[in-house]
Amino acid sequence: MTATAIPPSSPTRRLQAWLYRRPRLQLVLLLALPLFALVVMYLGSLALLLLNAFWTLDPFTRELDRTFSLDNFIDILTSNAYRTITLRTIGMAFLVTITCAVIGFPVAYFMARMASPRLRGFLVVAILLPLWASYLVKVFAWRTILQNQGVLNWALEPLGLNGPGYGDVAVWLVFTYLWLPYMILPIFAGLERIPGSLLEASGDLGGRAGMTFRKVILPLAFPAVIAGSIFTFSLTLGDYITPALVSSTQFLGNVVQREVGVSGNVPLAAALASIPILVMIIYLLVARRLGAFEAI
Amino acid sequence: MTESRGARAVLRLATVAVLSFIYLPLVVIGIYAFNESTNQAWPIQGFSLQWFERAFSQSGVADAFLTSLRAGLGATLIALVLGTLASFAVQRYRFFGRDTVSLLVLLPIALPGIVTGMALNAAFRTGGLEFGIWTIMIGHATFCVVIVYNNVIARVRRVSRHLEEASMDLGATQWQTFRHVTFPAIRTALLAGGLLAFALSFDEVIVTTFTTGGGEQTIPIWILQNYTRTTGLPVVNAVALILILVSIIPVWIAQRLAGAESAAAR
Amino acid sequence: MRTLGLGAGVALVVAGLVPGVAAAQDAPEGALTELGAGEGEVNVVAWPGYVEDGSTSPDIDWVTSFEEATGCQVNVTLGATSDEMFTLMQTGNYDVVSASGDASNRLIAAGQVQPINTALIPSYVDVFEGLKNQPHNTVEGVSYGVPHGRGANLLLFNTDVVTPAPDSWSVVWDPASPYAGKVTAYDSPIYIADAAVYLMATNPELGITNPYALDETQFTAAVELLKQQRAIIGRYWGLYTDQIAGFQSGDMVVGTTWQVTANVLKGSDPATPVEAILPKEGSTGWSDTWMLSAQAQNPNCGYLFMNHIISPETNAAATEYFGEAPANSKSCALTTDPNHCDTYHATDEEYFSKVYYWATPQAQCLDGRTDVVCKDYSEWSAAWTEIKG
Repeated sequence: MTATAIPPSSPTRRLQAWLYRRPRLQLVLLLALPLFALVVMYLGSLALLLLNAFWTLDPFTRELDRTFSLDNFIDILTSNAYRTITLRTIGMAFLVTITCAVIGFPVAYFMARMASPRLRGFLVVAILLPLWASYLVKVFAWRTILQNQGVLNWALEPLGLNGPGYGDVAVWLVFTYLWLPYMILPIFAGLERIPGSLLEASGDLGGRAGMTFRKVILPLAFPAVIAGSIFTFSLTLGDYITPALVSSTQFLGNVVQREVGVSGNVPLAAALASIPILVMIIYLLVARRLGAFEAI
Repeated sequence: MTESRGARAVLRLATVAVLSFIYLPLVVIGIYAFNESTNQAWPIQGFSLQWFERAFSQSGVADAFLTSLRAGLGATLIALVLGTLASFAVQRYRFFGRDTVSLLVLLPIALPGIVTGMALNAAFRTGGLEFGIWTIMIGHATFCVVIVYNNVIARVRRVSRHLEEASMDLGATQWQTFRHVTFPAIRTALLAGGLLAFALSFDEVIVTTFTTGGGEQTIPIWILQNYTRTTGLPVVNAVALILILVSIIPVWIAQRLAGAESAAAR
Repeated sequence: MRTLGLGAGVALVVAGLVPGVAAAQDAPEGALTELGAGEGEVNVVAWPGYVEDGSTSPDIDWVTSFEEATGCQVNVTLGATSDEMFTLMQTGNYDVVSASGDASNRLIAAGQVQPINTALIPSYVDVFEGLKNQPHNTVEGVSYGVPHGRGANLLLFNTDVVTPAPDSWSVVWDPASPYAGKVTAYDSPIYIADAAVYLMATNPELGITNPYALDETQFTAAVELLKQQRAIIGRYWGLYTDQIAGFQSGDMVVGTTWQVTANVLKGSDPATPVEAILPKEGSTGWSDTWMLSAQAQNPNCGYLFMNHIISPETNAAATEYFGEAPANSKSCALTTDPNHCDTYHATDEEYFSKVYYWATPQAQCLDGRTDVVCKDYSEWSAAWTEIKG
């Protein structure tokens, strides 16, 4: 048996021992790099972008006029179209989130509480795999499915029905499809964490299945649902590719993209971009209050 | 068994229905990849392998694939480092602004891609940085960090400090403790997070359009460009089918590892 | 400004081949004075169908021969609208662009394109006189590009569905159209001019003479018409592949188009039964100019490319494929269809007087009126967002 000898002292050892006695310094060292990247680079870029919002662009020569001006914001606030588009986008984001939650919850529940471990593993892979199929390809696939002579109409024909074709319904359908895995996985993780003993205790205290679900499972799973909703909400809020491919409706992302990519009007685009930024920050703060950050 | 028989049947049905819903479009892509004509009408008139031939012979695809790979690996690496550092900081220490760090890490993925893209584009231009593979990598890293962060922080919560303290009591330095005790415990979380981050980076299109110069194309950019050509879509379907089939392997591996680890931790 | 490569010898040869040209003397200020060696590649922004390199179909290719002869690899980026092309040129990553009139003047004013020394482009002498020195490609006597061709925006319709065959734009403007939900229109603010063209015929009391010069009343009328049209539009198209897919799948049956779309639809297998016509009210159109970026990295290849694309054979092939009138007078003898030039009115200046080339609306009315202020392009752009809703 070798005795556990204390290793000889060396510079690195002394440094690490010294460091051990300074937890604050350890913290600073740990956080330095990530905070630099996030605060300086990311937040800095955001600030730079929002700075653009206070400038204007000459429409003919596309020259940037750097004099401070609130013109862009005034344009947005007084325009009917932008108001409609903003409300439409936020509304769609909520609708998609609710749909994903309603559809995703049963699946997540089944996976977490009813499936055997082998089936559970298989199902997780099955849910994850479509995330690896390109987003663009999935939208193109839906485009082909929804088109006039497409799969959906062909399948509904014997029933005498017609598919929704392109438009707002198509956008809702495709968004729900795309973000469903982002909702299912957090809910699954959240439901998995509920100890079986809690449910048994609820049963022991006289709660039947329905009551246990309403009073025990739902409240415990709620933060996970909110966590999933962060993704579905934000991804819908800014997307412009899906609305452009399966509808002619303008969403917030479309107008921003048009101002940047087509009109080259970065100031107006930046001003428009401040809308989703504001909405998301509010959403994140509410989500944090509801406990979602522990459940992601 | 806390669910009634009826509820169980409904749940089983719901799961099957949702899974079918999820896989239907992928099956459609698979079928269309063999479509003989450029006309996308259904039902398909004839089958052919010509688009697969085109996919392999077109130089754009191979270059785009390589660029996507390099950008993904770079972004994942950056995310692994930053995400791990941040998660240890938040989980192991109490400090003012702890919650804010969580919020900050989440922000790049919570804000719409177009906002992140425009912001980074403006920053790169102002900083005089040349657009290319590095700018793509940085752009992707911003939202990949949170993926790694989430996975690692969940695991770090479960790794008991006692083990680390015991290790140091026995004479190990912090670095040795990390190498021999902590790292093996979080290894699979890093792998799972890294794989998911890589997947996200590989598929990202919006931020990429703003952070690429004219020259570099990732696979999604290549797909968008190809969409503007009349024969583009069928080739895209073929490439997509190949990508889906190829990615079954890494996803399965990741899941096995992550599943095994979390089972062990329970 | 710039003389690159081993210019002297080449310039002398060029000058010798083209009679009556003195390379250095007539060059506008800021333009290349002599052509150097090719840089190995040229980055082009083009309308779909203009620069075909065999990727659409192996026998539709007028680029590979150029690449082999000059060593300049051609990298094409397709632009869907003039706005998009302008933004692409602003990045400075491209050398050559095929600019329509609603982009060319803006590019010139923004300093994004450089003056062209037409002496360095041998094919230029054969260009129709009616296309040279036009307001959309020449400013203060300085030429900024070489013409590619010209054409009109046409009315495309599915011959099986839209019967009897229409001869008027009313089929896309009628709020009670039987094809509601399957009508399409071009997704760009410049489409407001198409509404103005229709109003010229149906509401002559508005007094519109130039669809790009609209005062308050005229503009409001056009916007109202477009908002009314929005209700019957199924989908707008920006990319011509969108329109092709739309007609192939039956989601679109009638709407404004470019001839090339009709050609592709008729040529694919299975073919879609369509026809493209110029309605009796006239139409908007375009006359495109090849321009060289002020920040071009490959100016020599750029010049070589421009010369190639407007050379008689290539111009014939390109304009025949796209469906427009060629710019090069010698192309008419070289088209596969001997009647091509007649069909597209290549020599008919009177015809083109009813085609209103895309131009950039400005506050100073393009029709010469000084008693009113016209709407400029930023207002057209803002209105387009309102129209789409």
